Amino acid sequence: MHDLLFILFSLLIVVFGVLVVAGKNPVNSAMFLVPLMICVGGLFVLLGAYFLAAIQILVYAGAVIVVFLFIIMLLDMDVEKGRRINSFAAVAGIGSSGATLGLLVLALSRSDLGAAGGGESALQGETIPLGKLLFTDYVLPFEILSVLLLVAMVGVILLSKKKLQ
Amino acid sequence: MDIGVEAYLLVSMLLFCIGMAGVLVRRNLLIVYMSLELMLNAANIALVALSRFNDNLNGQVMVFFIITVAAAEVAVGLALIVALYRRHKTAQVNELNSLKL
Repeated sequence: MHDLLFILFSLLIVVFGVLVVAGKNPVNSAMFLVPLMICVGGLFVLLGAYFLAAIQILVYAGAVIVVFLFIIMLLDMDVEKGRRINSFAAVAGIGSSGATLGLLVLALSRSDLGAAGGGESALQGETIPLGKLLFTDYVLPFEILSVLLLVAMVGVILLSKKKLQ
Repeated sequence: MDIGVEAYLLVSMLLFCIGMAGVLVRRNLLIVYMSLELMLNAANIALVALSRFNDNLNGQVMVFFIITVAAAEVAVGLALIVALYRRHKTAQVNELNSLKL
């Protein structure tokens, strides 16, 4: 069951990833991003990271995609009318990302993951152990993060004013 | 068939390279931005998989931070795109070629 779900989610992630990147219209890409994020959340569930799966779906499939759609509607861009993708750029971009993939796979095949590769892990990414870690070892980054969110909020309000004065 | 850490890392690498191809090839600023989100998600999958198979929760805390920072980054980035669009009336990266706003 676990294997079947893993294969299903992985295939869907790759398919939706290609659709997001290849979509003509930004609205289509944003809509394909939703099932992709849900599939990534599914992988998190398979890995026992239940809290992160919930956060992933709430933040990405909820908030981030909604903001993207808002902006797409706000800008009201014409669909790329007659804009052809530069074929040199396409070949170079796909070639270099394919080469990067080859390098990464080569590194993976040569690396010794050793004991990390097997065995049933008892690790559970539930809310209680994660929260304990977050509020003991990682309390300073957590507080800095709250300041960062405040700064981002003020910055967005400032940037979206008509006149930057 | 046994699903180990390698399989998860392979999915993460594939997603990362799809996102990278999108960043390099596409000219629409919004789609470039979505491809960046794909790359961030690929990193998240790798971190959660390694956290699980190393019996260590620190990777998941890192992913929690990444998701929060990514949400803030999306808000700021899209505000920048809107400001650029107001000024130049375009969101194609090859037409945004002046350094001065």
